Amino acid sequence: MAGTIAFSRATASITRTRATTEPAIVRWTLIGTAVAFLGLFLVVPLAAVFTLALEKGVSAYFAAFREPDALAAIRLTLLTAGIAVPLNLVFGVAAAWAIAKFEFVGKNLLITLIDLPFSVSPVVSGLIYVLLFGLQGWLGPWLAEHDIKIIFAVPGIVLATIFVTFPFVARELIPLMQAQGTEEEEAARVLGAGGWQTFRRVTLPSIKWGLLYGVILCNARAMGEFGAVSVVSGHVRGLTNTIPLHVEILYNEYNSVAAFAVASLLALLALVTLAAKSVVEWKSQAHVTTGERTPARGEAR
Amino acid sequence: MSIEVRDLTKTFGDFTALKEVSLQVPTGELVALLGPSGSGKTTLLRIIAGLEVPDSGSVLFEGEDTTDWSARDRRVGFVFQHYALFRHMTIFENVAFGLRVRPRRQRPSEAEIRERVVELLKLVQLDWLATRHPSQLSGGQRQRVALARALAVGPKVLLLDEPFGSLDATVRKELRRWLRRLHDELHVTSLFVTHDQEEALEVADRVVVMNEGQVEQVGTPSDVYHHPASAFVYHFLGNVNLFRGRVEGGKVYVGGIAMELPQDDGADAKTAIVYVRPHLLEIHIDQPDGNAHFRARVEHINPAGPVVKVQLLSEWGDPVQVEISQERYRELRLTKDAEVFITPKEKQVFIDRYSI
Repeated sequence: MAGTIAFSRATASITRTRATTEPAIVRWTLIGTAVAFLGLFLVVPLAAVFTLALEKGVSAYFAAFREPDALAAIRLTLLTAGIAVPLNLVFGVAAAWAIAKFEFVGKNLLITLIDLPFSVSPVVSGLIYVLLFGLQGWLGPWLAEHDIKIIFAVPGIVLATIFVTFPFVARELIPLMQAQGTEEEEAARVLGAGGWQTFRRVTLPSIKWGLLYGVILCNARAMGEFGAVSVVSGHVRGLTNTIPLHVEILYNEYNSVAAFAVASLLALLALVTLAAKSVVEWKSQAHVTTGERTPARGEAR
Repeated sequence: MSIEVRDLTKTFGDFTALKEVSLQVPTGELVALLGPSGSGKTTLLRIIAGLEVPDSGSVLFEGEDTTDWSARDRRVGFVFQHYALFRHMTIFENVAFGLRVRPRRQRPSEAEIRERVVELLKLVQLDWLATRHPSQLSGGQRQRVALARALAVGPKVLLLDEPFGSLDATVRKELRRWLRRLHDELHVTSLFVTHDQEEALEVADRVVVMNEGQVEQVGTPSDVYHHPASAFVYHFLGNVNLFRGRVEGGKVYVGGIAMELPQDDGADAKTAIVYVRPHLLEIHIDQPDGNAHFRARVEHINPAGPVVKVQLLSEWGDPVQVEISQERYRELRLTKDAEVFITPKEKQVFIDRYSI
């Protein structure tokens, strides 16, 4: 009897699959095109980076990192991301919170402004800062008087990076928080929780995976940004060069092994980011569907 | 603790949710706010809880004006229609939340919290689910957890927003009886919103019928059912047949048949609406004596259920619903398309002030 049921179910599912999919030739053509495209434009260049980096052997590869200018570039990139990412984390959470949970005048304008860095070319973003803080800029003379260096110095690089990366966290959180609504926060408030308690105990735990996802993307962009940083950096070796700028300089000097070696760092970062992103996606999926299938998660308290 | 609201008005843009609503809920009562969607009942409840700010008017708890108090300080228990359980916390932690967020000096010890939560979960018969997460519970279970969570802070007032609105019919009936018993045990002043008249009439001590941002009537379930203050209340509380009639010389004429006008007022009006509940109409095979009847033709019969529901078409072409007992149905031997006579046992006439 059981066998009969299983059999009829199997046949049913086969006919259904047939009824809802395209013929094999269409499917394989589409899949083939996608794979070929991905291979040609993504996998081959990625492989080329590592091949060229290791062209003159492992020792030459590692030598590229021992150079003081390269070390300075790595340090500056880490510093920039170290400042830009936490700031955008705070900003992103605040903006998403405001947009998702409150009604106020100018909300649509704020949403548009958050998207601005996505729609403006990074080079233009950099130029904005040069116009603002550069010697011939609006605030330039005042800054020069007080001996504050922003353009062609580390602060300019950090500012430009913040500008370019600020939509990532907010954009990730807004739809998530909008979908979750305000009922849980209201419940917390009625139960006597203050604003901070509500945020820490109710809001934050339910957005943590989305937040982490946004942070990962934000970090990847902060470390890899070229255009905006290039405009404000001034390319001072060992001082205002980030990893991407350092790669460009090395490449222009026909030092291709060193250039690709340093570039491979960024490629590695991309791979790590992708892996982290997949883990977070998988985790947040599991988080959403908790309990639909899984039995009680024994949580000893 | 008693609740009083005075002249509450609330608008959302162009929409007026409440128009100078005043209401008193005495200590220890279970009161239903009943009305169709958009009648302002949920807005009223949320203003009492402090989740919404009124444009004007005031809210008083035990005579004390709390209009400007935050939701946090009002110490009310609020149960949301969609439960609003904290999805990332266990059932235990959900119930414990209100105790854990208290200022350090007022916060009970871990042992006291545990004791209180277990006690509440036993009260709602869910202590065996303490380690689960909300998504692992059924709708009825979640609603009971939401209630336990609201009760954990020892509220003097319990506010419930469509507490059974998203449950299926069986669970709904079971849970509302259970709520009634719980209220009889705890005697906490409770106000619940519902659009289900059956629910309001069955559970509440008193029913507040609302329509278009105003209170239509306040009374015991029996009061509002048997002595409706307005056509709206009559219409809203149960199925009803509606006949438009002419008023002439103290009588109402519906389709040529004269009926006594039971109310003195409005004798000068030209039209009146006669409301008759389906179970207050009688079907006769033979023409009765006198004039207080009309002809109708049977269109459809639904004999499934405790009463037989008969759909008819009156002689002037309006649909009529009649409910008769199974015995009477067998006696009459009704068939589709049968020509019958209908007499009202009891009727309510409301003068139609907006005569068309």
